[in-house]
Amino acid sequence: MLFNNLDQLYRSVIMDHYKKPRNRGELEGEHCVTVNMNNPSCGDKIQISLELKDNKVVDVKYMGTGCAISQSSASMMTEAIKGLPIEKVHQLTFDFSEMVQGHEHNDDLDLGDAEALHGVSQYPARIKCATLAWKAVEKALREADKEKAQQ
Amino acid sequence: MDIQSIRQDFPILNQQVNGHKLVYLDNAATSQKPTSVIQTMVDYYEKYNSNVHRGVHTLGTLATDRYEEAREKIRRFINAKSEKEIIYTTGTTQSLNLIAYGYGMANLHKGDEIVITPMEHHANLIPWQQVAKKTGAILRYFPMESDGTLDLEKVRATITDQTKIVSVTEVSNVLGTVNPVKAIAKIAHDHGAIMVVDGAQSTPHMSVDVQDLDADFFAFSGHKMLGPTGIGVLYGKQMLLENMEPVETGGEMIDEVGFQSATWAELPWKLEAGTPHIAGAIGLGAAIDYLESIGMDDIQQYEEQLSEKAYEVLSNMDGVTVYGPGKRSGLVSFNIDGVHPHDVSTALDSEGIAVRAGHHCAQPLMSCLRCESTVRASFYFYNSEDEIEALARGIKETKEFFGHVV
Repeated sequence: MLFNNLDQLYRSVIMDHYKKPRNRGELEGEHCVTVNMNNPSCGDKIQISLELKDNKVVDVKYMGTGCAISQSSASMMTEAIKGLPIEKVHQLTFDFSEMVQGHEHNDDLDLGDAEALHGVSQYPARIKCATLAWKAVEKALREADKEKAQQ
Repeated sequence: MDIQSIRQDFPILNQQVNGHKLVYLDNAATSQKPTSVIQTMVDYYEKYNSNVHRGVHTLGTLATDRYEEAREKIRRFINAKSEKEIIYTTGTTQSLNLIAYGYGMANLHKGDEIVITPMEHHANLIPWQQVAKKTGAILRYFPMESDGTLDLEKVRATITDQTKIVSVTEVSNVLGTVNPVKAIAKIAHDHGAIMVVDGAQSTPHMSVDVQDLDADFFAFSGHKMLGPTGIGVLYGKQMLLENMEPVETGGEMIDEVGFQSATWAELPWKLEAGTPHIAGAIGLGAAIDYLESIGMDDIQQYEEQLSEKAYEVLSNMDGVTVYGPGKRSGLVSFNIDGVHPHDVSTALDSEGIAVRAGHHCAQPLMSCLRCESTVRASFYFYNSEDEIEALARGIKETKEFFGHVV
């Protein structure tokens, strides 16, 4: 069989999230913030909604279009951060970004299924795909901070 | 054409990528360079690197001569009337911006119309959007047929007496459509509009005659036709260029400078401010020498044969959608059902096959095709029929791989 190395990137758990996305949708309400993010070089699009209460991400949903890496990463991200304190979410997004770039990272944090994306580090052209949803989460948290400051 | 001997002239092609023989099918993004072009640029830097049109020393004279010889080669290559009509730019994008800002800003008024096609590259779209916003002109589009071609009757119906600028790509970088720019130019001129042709994807692949096309402006890039990046050309009819104010001012483009004002140099230098890409221009000249040694008509004929084969093989594959018309220039855009173009591209790359995936800087066209992005395989005359077969095998295996892991 060809594409032997490709299995290291497209693990079955990744394809499972791609074909059966978790937490797809949008959140509306007073504690919710929704942001959009594009990857202009390839046209991938992601929308992330967070519901924030007591400094925690109590719910998260995403919508988007794009490749298996960007969309599965979004799906896995929602599972990884749901219910976590915001501070922990920041640690996870940092950790994830370090992992897919092939840098040393903190193994103690639980990235859940998203751990399967570590193979992306062997495909530098695809790192941006993997990090898109996680960057969008950071953007959503910044937006929420801004809104809070304005109130 | 002896492809195997041609390939010897392109050292980059002779390498392994990810354990496989490189199959380079991303020529619409940029072409590879033959040894003669690379060596010509090395010679410039090693033997006579100097600024042009300034010093009177020996190296400066040599550099200036070679730089201007390249301009004459370009003039001949596209059959312009005069070297004054050949303006060096950084590439098609800068050429088109020069037309939009240099000509468009000065000549468009509120209510005037600019007409383009839905298949334009962003480089022939956004400058017009910007200039329309600034001048109050209206940006309109020719309707496009479902196979990605233009219907001349509809073109005729779209151009009105309010139309001042028509700007059309000669070859679509996504669909491979060859647009009837000569016929469109005639219609534009009948209504008093000027005709701009984006030649980025045509000039490398077919013979261009700007006088026969009767294009008022014609833009192309060096790097897609064996030359280096950073050098391109704006052709304009002399009368139009004479009346154009420079967008950029500074060194090299002046006649006389006082404390409060300045006058401009003659064409073409009036529109070339600052130290140009000298090595690039000379390299482009060498690229034209190479293309002419093979012959543009032979190149066009051979590439049509390649793309015909690719179109035939791919459009007969189950679960593969091919975009664009049957008769096309040397590229094929496609999608595999259920597999995103980026994933296709990564899979093919692991087999050493380089293709482009994405929106190809043509987002409005993607929405017409009802997709976010496509995979594009684009050919040049150094590609072989074996490489088309390698592509077909790669696509088949990609389908199997993603079918298998789901």
